[in-house]
Order: sequence, then structure tokens, then C-alpha cells
Amino acid sequence: MQTELPPPVAPPISRASSPWEWMRVNLFSTWYNVILTIVCVVVIVVGISNLLRWVFDIAQWNVVATNLQLFFVGRFPPELYWRVWLSLGVLACLAGIAWGFSRTDARWLSRSTLIALSVVVAAVILLPIPLSSRLWLLAIALVATIGYAAGRQLPPNFSSWLPVMWGVAFLLVWWLIKGGLGLAPTPTTVWSGLLLTLLTATTSILLSFPLGVLLALGRQSPLPVVRGLSTLYIEVIRGLPLIGILFLAQVMLPLFLPPWFRDLDRVLRAIAGLVLFSAAYLAENVRGGLQAVPRGQAEAAKALGLSAPLTVSLIVLPQALKAVIPAIVGQFISLFKDTSLLALFGLLELTGIARSILAQPEFIGRYAEVYLFIGLIYWIFCYGMSQASRNLERKLNVGQR
Amino acid sequence: MTTQRPRVTRNTPKFKDLLRDTRFWRVAGQVIAVLLFLLLVILVVDNVIYNLRALGIQLGFGFLGSQASFDIGETLISYNPADSYGRAILVGLVNSLRVIVVGLVLATILGLVAGIARLSNNWLVRQLALVYVETIRNIPLLLQLFFWYFAFFLQLPNVANQITLPGPTYLSSRGLYLPWIQGGTGAGVWLLLLALGIAGAIAVWRWRTQVMQERGVRGNQMLWALAPIVVAIALAYIINGAIPFSITLPQIVDTEQIEGGLRLSPEFGTLLLGLVVYTGSFIAEIVRAGIQAVPQGQWEAARALGLKSGRIMQSVVLPQALRVIIPPLTSQYLNLAKNSSLAIAIGFPDVYFVASTTFNQTGRAVEVMFLIMITYLTISLIISLAMNLFNRTVQFKER
Repeated sequence: MQTELPPPVAPPISRASSPWEWMRVNLFSTWYNVILTIVCVVVIVVGISNLLRWVFDIAQWNVVATNLQLFFVGRFPPELYWRVWLSLGVLACLAGIAWGFSRTDARWLSRSTLIALSVVVAAVILLPIPLSSRLWLLAIALVATIGYAAGRQLPPNFSSWLPVMWGVAFLLVWWLIKGGLGLAPTPTTVWSGLLLTLLTATTSILLSFPLGVLLALGRQSPLPVVRGLSTLYIEVIRGLPLIGILFLAQVMLPLFLPPWFRDLDRVLRAIAGLVLFSAAYLAENVRGGLQAVPRGQAEAAKALGLSAPLTVSLIVLPQALKAVIPAIVGQFISLFKDTSLLALFGLLELTGIARSILAQPEFIGRYAEVYLFIGLIYWIFCYGMSQASRNLERKLNVGQR
Repeated sequence: MTTQRPRVTRNTPKFKDLLRDTRFWRVAGQVIAVLLFLLLVILVVDNVIYNLRALGIQLGFGFLGSQASFDIGETLISYNPADSYGRAILVGLVNSLRVIVVGLVLATILGLVAGIARLSNNWLVRQLALVYVETIRNIPLLLQLFFWYFAFFLQLPNVANQITLPGPTYLSSRGLYLPWIQGGTGAGVWLLLLALGIAGAIAVWRWRTQVMQERGVRGNQMLWALAPIVVAIALAYIINGAIPFSITLPQIVDTEQIEGGLRLSPEFGTLLLGLVVYTGSFIAEIVRAGIQAVPQGQWEAARALGLKSGRIMQSVVLPQALRVIIPPLTSQYLNLAKNSSLAIAIGFPDVYFVASTTFNQTGRAVEVMFLIMITYLTISLIISLAMNLFNRTVQFKER
């Protein structure tokens, strides 16, 4: 009997293609590709050279530099900035822990860690911000690094605690920003800039999540009345433009509520509108997940004697929600972008504060600079979230194989 | 013995048993749902009535007949401030529909091109399409509209120093001037005959395709289908003795005024550009996903038959990709229609803008909101109905 393995065969020699070969395959394979390549090169060269000339020669970036604080925290009282910084620190620490925890198998200083660190260092050095902000930023970076280091040491069964920690952090941030319970309360009218954008977006998605799940279950329910009402709600809301629903929330919500409840402030009304809107879309995403769970799962649970609520909450929902994480992140991204509509209702979130900055007499007409800058902020957040969701999806798929 | 258990206990089920019975819950759940819903409705209606009475407002659509007395910048149908609110809202609706219809067509074309470009075998084209999609998708539409309007359209030079593009097309801060066709005398007859010709062409096309499939001869559908259209055009020319339209070119009159051609106002141009560029980036991803869902073997089989790559895309891959593309495409169309309401941000008088002005003047929040709801729900319904019908034609015909 042959016990020895056959000698290993050398893998076929793969030669890295030379740049010339690469160009022939990727740029000049056929005559029309040659034309396309030339057209693209012209477009890119003209576009980038014009852009660079504009960025470095024509644009006057002092409108952004002088208003940096307004963009980020708007009219939040300066003596309370420490509360915003502290919130950021808590979130950064938690993000560091979560990141470190998810990368226990990777090297200590991988490329992405280095990139993140260098971005922070570059921000601290390059941004025209006062010394105190630099110190805060450095401290926050330090805290995040410590969190990263701590996250790498955590045992794997820690993962169920992460959502709880995020929930606590969310409440903590709300308490720090809003005040009360020992802290001086801030009126919602001073919340503005990126701070307000982030607060409304996160709060709305968190509040709309349970509502969306309930609506999705209602739409899949065997009870015709429940199904009909849920479907009606979802279809009506999805047929309306968001601006109409925000109008409804701003103008008509006070009419719907009892008189002792009428002086709801504008930020809360906006959040109510976003929640009503987002829940309908979330419900459709969750419904997709519910439909993806094989019916056998529910039948098996029933055969084990689980009651209907237990079957749904222990067997069906966890699988359904896991299947639609990318869709839910997509919903969060679009909600984040949609908060810009609050500017049309006089709230000073990122877009709103940009408009008010443009109304300052010394910066009239500096539209391109301001809009490009806040466009960049939105882009960084949305692109970051979509990349994160892509990573998450990849990781979940790996686990299933 | 158990069989001698008195029957009475089985006839009076305990309350606890009832709670475990699914049939009971099936009924009780619905009753509870209806009761909760009714309670909510009663609460809301009661509050609305109470609040409206407290504010001294009465419900009713009578205000639609009273004089609007505000001007609308752009109208396709005649309107003046002496007309009623109802007429004003109709003007807004026509403006909305104009943006939506043109936007849908252009966004589809842009999305198709960008989606195919994402899969091009030319590296540069692929990267350009990727940059377009990833940039535009991740920035709010409202911000893009502000950018196009304030940083692009309004920064254009005035009419005296307009930018001339080939065509002749003029670009200035007063808008975009394009060459356009203008209906002349007898345009109605022309349109009617042309419509008949097109209908005839479709019928001939179908007939030739059937002939080709059944007898295995060359169909020459294109050539055959041309015949009814040519006949219709010739007939119309004989009846009218003139071509139906004239091309009007925008012309500069004493360096201050541009006359003729089609003027797109900065507001309309911004809204159209913003909607098309934004929705196009989403459609591009849908198209890409749809094309990638077509099995690789289809490409290979078509290539083995000797078809060229453009032809493969057009007659083998895209028809199959449509099955995957249409459902998400429908929701993008709906988004475009709903997003057209952002016109209010840049002052294009669409239906939401006019309704909002009406609300500001009359304070009729409930009625105005009701009108807005009905309008957008109808538009959404029509789009999804049309797309569902289209969807049915491209699905697999399974027996």
C-alpha cells in the first residue's frame, strides 16, 4: 500500500503582468476601447486640473475655517463643550473596543489601524482649531486606542454585551447633551450642526426599529384585520414624500395631540416624523428577512411546543434580522441623508447650519465651498457606514459556511 | 376510571385553557387590533375637532374656489393670480408631472449607461463609473440640489456673456436655451397619422417575428416595420402639404434677450439635473446587479454563436437582466417621483410648493395635507401599476 503522499507538484508559474500588458488588456483591447480610454483621460485630466485650480486658487476656504465650530456643534453653549467632547470620547472608546474585539485574530498594527491613527493625527495637526480642541482630540484618540487594546483581550462570549454597552452609551450621550438629572438642561433650540444630524438620525432609527418590526410582523400575520391595517399604514407612508410627512409632523401633529401635550418642541416633532416614515421602510426590509426564514423553522418550534410569541421572538426574528442587516444599514444611511430635509423646516442641522452660515454678510456667495465641505462630511459618514456594513456582511457569510 | 369522568367539566372550559387556544387568540387578536385602531382614530379625530375649534378653524374644501392672488413663476397651462387656488394647484401638478416624466426617462438612460460602464472591460471607464456612483449616492439629494442651484446655475454668467455650446445652445444664469421643435399648422393631423403609423409598425413587427419563428425565414422586421411609418408620413405630407414642425433656434436679440428655442429655467434645470444624477446613480447599481445576475453561460453561449458584445448585451443579457432589475427599479422611480417635491427648496413651483403656499395663505393644514397625500399616492400608484404590467411581460412564461 502506498503510504507516502505523492511529491508536491509546483504550482503553475504565475507571472505578474507587466504594466504594458496590463494596459493592453485593460485599456487598449479593441479600437473602441482605445477611443473610450482617450476620452476618459481627457475628461479626467481636464476635470481634475480644473478642480485643483479651483480648490487651491479660486476657492476661499476661510468660510469653512472660521465656522468649523458652527458646522459641528452649532449654537451649543461653548461653556458646555466638555459635554460634547465627553460624549465623543465615550463613543470613541466604545468604537475602539468593538473594533479591537472584532479583530482579535489580526495583527496589532494592521493597515486599517494605522490609517485611522494617521487620520486623527493629521486632523489634530492640520485643522485650524484651538489648542483645547487639539488636546481633547488627542485624549479621545488615546481613549480609543486603549479601548482597541482592551477589546483585543476580551473573551469571545463578550459579544452579547456589546449591544447593551452601545445602548447604555446612547442614553449616556443623550443625558450629557440634554442635561437634566444633575446637569444643567440645554434647550433643543441650541442643538445644531452635525450634532443635531447625528442625534436625530440615531434616535429615529432606534425608535423606528421596534415599530418597524411590529409592522412587519403585522403584515405577515395570519389575522386579516391586523394584516390589513399594517399594510395600509406601510403603503400609505411609502407613497408619500418625506417632506410631506415632516410637514405633517411639524404642522399637524400638534392638532392630533391632546391640548396638554401640544407644545412638543420642534426637534421632537421632527424625530416623530422621521420615526413614522422610517418605520414603514424598515418594516418592508424586515418583511424580506421574515420571508427568507424557511417555514420549517417555525413549524419545528411549534412541534417543540413553543407558543406563537416565543416562536417569533426566539426562532424566527433572530434569523430574519440577521438576514437583513445590510438592508437595515442601508435604511440607516438613507435616514442619515434624509435628516437634511429638516433644514427646510427651520432646524439647524448640518444643512440648516450651512444655510445660516451662508447668510452671514461676509460669506455671501461662498456656496460651493460650504456645500462641498458639508457634502464631504455626509459622504464620509455614509461611505463609512456602507463599507462597515459590507464588512459585517462578509463576516456573517463566512460564519455560515 | 377516566372514561367515567362527568362530561360537565369538558363543556365548561377553564379560562386558562382559553388563553392557550390559538382559535381564541385568532379572534381576540383581531378584536383587540380593531378596538385599538378605533380608539386611536377616535382619539385623533376628537383631538383634531377640539383643537380646530379652539383655533377657530372649520374644515372644508371651499377655499379651493377662492382667489389665489399669488404668482407662479413657471406655468405650462395658463394661469394668473386672479385664478383660484384649485387652478394654482393644478398648475403645480402639471409642473410636477413634467419634471417626473422627463426625469424618469433621463435617469433611466443615465443609470443604464453608468451601470453598463461599471462592468466595462475598460479599466478607466469602470473607475469613472464607480466614482460617480459612490460619490453621488452618499450625499443627500437636498444638498446636491442646493449645490447645483446656488453654486452652478446661479453662478453662470448673465445673458450678455452667456456660454455658447454647440447646437446652438446657450447657458446663462437665466436658464438653459435649447433648439426645439415647434408644432406648426396641422400638427394634430400629423400626430394622429404618426400614431397610427407606429401602431401599424408594431403590428407588422409582431407579424414578421411570428413568420420568422414559424417558417424559419429571415424576418427583416426593421425593414417591414418601417413601411407603415413611411406611408403615414407620406400621407400626412400629402394632406397638409407642409412639414408639421419648425425647428426654432434660440437667438440673441440685442445682446440682452434670448428669443426662440426652449428655455429651461434655472429652477427646472436644477431639479431635473439633481433628480437625474441622483436617481441615475442608484439605477446604475440596480442595472449592474441585474446584469451580474445573468449566468455567465449566457454570455459564453452568445459569444459562441458569434454575436458581438453590443449585440449580446442588447438581445441576450439585458432582456434576462430586466427580470431582476424591474422590481427595485420601480422603487427608484417612486423615489424620483416623491423626491421631486424637494422642488420647494429651490423654488420650482411644483405641486408641493403650490400646496405649501396655499397652506401659508389659508392656514388649511388638514385639507392641504389631504390633497398632497392624494396627489402623491395617485402618482405612486400609477407608476407602480405601469411597472407591474411591464414586469409581467418580461417574466418567465412558465407553463
